Amino acid sequence: MIRSRLLLLAAGLVLLSAAFLLWKLQEPTGFILSLRGSKLAVLICVGAATGVATILFQTVAMNQLLTPGIVGFDALFVLLQTGLVAILGGVGAALFPPMAQFLMETALLMGAALLLFGGLLRRGAGDVTRVILTGVILGMLLRGLTEVVQRMLDPADFAIVQQAMFASFSRVSTPQIWTGGGVIAVALAVALWQAPALDVAGLGRSTARSLGLAHDRVVLIVLGLVAALVSVSTALVGPLTFLGLLSASLARQVLQTHRHDALIPAAALIGATILVAGQFVFERLLASQSALAVIVEFFGGLLFLFLVFRRKPS
Amino acid sequence: MIQIEGLSYRVGKTPILHDISLTLKPGGITALIGPNGAGKSSLLHCISGLHDLAAGHIRIDGLDPLRAPDRDRARVVALLQQSPGVVSRLRVRELVGFGRWPHHQGRPTAQDTAMVDAALESFTLTDLADRTLESLSGGQRQRAFIAMTYAQDTPWLLLDEPLNALDPRHARDLMARLRRLVQDTGRSIVIVLHDINAAAGWADRIVAMKDGRVIGHQDTPDLLTPDMLETVFDMRFDVLTHQGRPVVISR
Amino acid sequence: MRFQTPVLLVALLALVGISLWLGAASVTSWQDAWLFGVSRLPRTAAALLAGAGLALAGVVVQQVVQNRLVEPSLTGTTESAMLGLLLVTLWAPGMAIAGKMTLAALAGLAGTGGFLMLAQRAPRQDPMLLPIVGLIYAGIIWAATTWIAWSTDLLQYLGVWRLAEFSGVMQGRYEWLWAVGALALLLYAVADRITILGLGREQARSLGLNYGQTRALGLVIVSVLSALVLVTVGAFPFVGLIAPNLVSRWRGDNLRGNLPIIALGGGGLVLASDVIGRVLRYPFEIPAALVFSVFGAVIFLWLLFAAPARSGGQS
Repeated sequence: MIRSRLLLLAAGLVLLSAAFLLWKLQEPTGFILSLRGSKLAVLICVGAATGVATILFQTVAMNQLLTPGIVGFDALFVLLQTGLVAILGGVGAALFPPMAQFLMETALLMGAALLLFGGLLRRGAGDVTRVILTGVILGMLLRGLTEVVQRMLDPADFAIVQQAMFASFSRVSTPQIWTGGGVIAVALAVALWQAPALDVAGLGRSTARSLGLAHDRVVLIVLGLVAALVSVSTALVGPLTFLGLLSASLARQVLQTHRHDALIPAAALIGATILVAGQFVFERLLASQSALAVIVEFFGGLLFLFLVFRRKPS
Repeated sequence: MIQIEGLSYRVGKTPILHDISLTLKPGGITALIGPNGAGKSSLLHCISGLHDLAAGHIRIDGLDPLRAPDRDRARVVALLQQSPGVVSRLRVRELVGFGRWPHHQGRPTAQDTAMVDAALESFTLTDLADRTLESLSGGQRQRAFIAMTYAQDTPWLLLDEPLNALDPRHARDLMARLRRLVQDTGRSIVIVLHDINAAAGWADRIVAMKDGRVIGHQDTPDLLTPDMLETVFDMRFDVLTHQGRPVVISR
Repeated sequence: MRFQTPVLLVALLALVGISLWLGAASVTSWQDAWLFGVSRLPRTAAALLAGAGLALAGVVVQQVVQNRLVEPSLTGTTESAMLGLLLVTLWAPGMAIAGKMTLAALAGLAGTGGFLMLAQRAPRQDPMLLPIVGLIYAGIIWAATTWIAWSTDLLQYLGVWRLAEFSGVMQGRYEWLWAVGALALLLYAVADRITILGLGREQARSLGLNYGQTRALGLVIVSVLSALVLVTVGAFPFVGLIAPNLVSRWRGDNLRGNLPIIALGGGGLVLASDVIGRVLRYPFEIPAALVFSVFGAVIFLWLLFAAPARSGGQS
């Protein structure tokens, strides 16, 4: 049953992708196809990365309400964007080579993520909520710093920074897609390889350890993967807080399983499907450019509240 | 006297208690026993007026706990909830002092202070009086909460599984203390107990519950028969007598 | 530990002195005395009052949800009040300040009520989860606010409320903050009730407290305090969390005795941030809220990682 549902999800994504590429295709065909193709690749990469990252994160945190997006990555991303504009000026930042910016941002985000997770987890992996809260507070700190820098900008530069505060899927170049896609593919493969260990890790630290799992090591690997996935997708399109929550929850709902060899591909497929379908509806049917990220975030946020509300009062 | 007539209680649409009618005589210790999910805690909470009922009514010494002003109710009946999880930096003396709050509403008199000291004394908390709850062990914290309930000085004390966090010695001490309290002051205690032998050893009367209904209410030796216990717990027990009190052994 | 209270009082008075003395012009003539009266004195008073108000709001909301890691900016109170303020600015920009404040307080109250419903469903065993829930909840409200501000070109305006600063405080522009004093007195009168709230619903009701009413009163106080500070000087995160927690570690949780110290502590922290913000890049100013968000984040982290205070009675 799980297998057939996964196949169904995959078939749905393929169909949607085809529709996305071929709907009302006009001359010049080749140019429009390559444009649409690279956009499709970004959507699939980012959707899959955030979905899987959230599944992994929820498993090691033993909490299905959480998403790695809340751990201040968005704040760091906006700070980096703001810092770039502040140092180089609005025009200078626009001229900065995008590939270099992408690589620099990815490296910095990953470094920060590993520092946060690795440093704090040395205290023992049982303490994941504390790690998350720490990340959240550091995020607040970064947001404060960002705001001070923004206050010093002149209005034209401020407008440029403002663009970076919302995710956008239409400013990525081909080499970035290849690099980002490569990193994401490797991370997904490692995640699938670790799937059986993840099943056990989800039982909690002491149970997992008494079952003979090197729990701390698995958690560290997993958080490294999460860091890679989230940094790459943030560097590709900008901050997306709740998309991962949406796809991870749907994956659990659709499959009704705790097996990660099924959940990981499902979350990847669902995340990609949400983005492709959303972009298709907004761009092709409604001819609106920027609203998708906002809509996804809004529904993701509502889902979060719903998930909390569904629990019984304690 | 606690009179309960036709009491039904639901959580959402799930019925928890069905049409319970029960009269609890004042004085002595009444134990509520039954398997998990029988509705013992719910009944205790209903009696203390903290749950809205689907049907029926309750009178505690003539007072309706659901309609009486909160302050009046809190001077007739005090509830100790199951393992109060509050980890706070209140000091033990401050916590126990809040037991007097229904009486003084924020302006403690010398009599209130004396009552708090007495409560600390009789639960051997005097040495811990200035410690914060946070720094106590689970059992000590439990005792502090019981002392607060005691200091409330109500004719009726309702205790929801107070033996939960206690080791055998402290459990025995607590039951002996409650026993003495009942004898010395004539107060009445209704207590939910998990351990049948704690009920057998200390309770004057037992109310047996199952599936949200009361299926037996008698003096302890009369209720603890193998047949009744089998009806309640769906397993066989032997009932022996040791030093004049019944002892229950599972088969 | 008793000697600490006078020490802290002296430190606070010293801070007040510095704040009054510190400025781009020194007070030597009558004209300067006028400057002193309309600018420096109000500025110092505003910082103290805002800090006191936020610290009190923080301690009340902590008792209501029985979690000491929350404060108005982690319960959606500040964000909803800001959303309310933004909507007032859009629809009735000319409204008097009292009206703006009332609407902001009502919006804050609605937002806090929503958080309370969430809090009742968050598991108790893991107290660190609730601030995360609150943060996401506040984040959603904030995202909606930003979105509205973005599409109506009010984003930079929103930034002005987002980080409180006191450089704009002058005679005639801060007097609403004195209402904090009145609310503090009201709070002191019901201090016992608020402490009992912290024991939880069942225990509080068993003690004869009208739980619903007391909680509602607490939330109204929190919302009004937050709105007062927001409308007069702007949002000031972390004070409501830091001041009560430091006092609690030092003196325990009985509010009757602690409320004055929490209020003074909050006032002192805000005033100190303002003073630091004024000297750090003199003669330019860094918003006090930003200064505190750095220190506050650091202290918050310390609170998260420090072992619980095993304060015995002997010390």
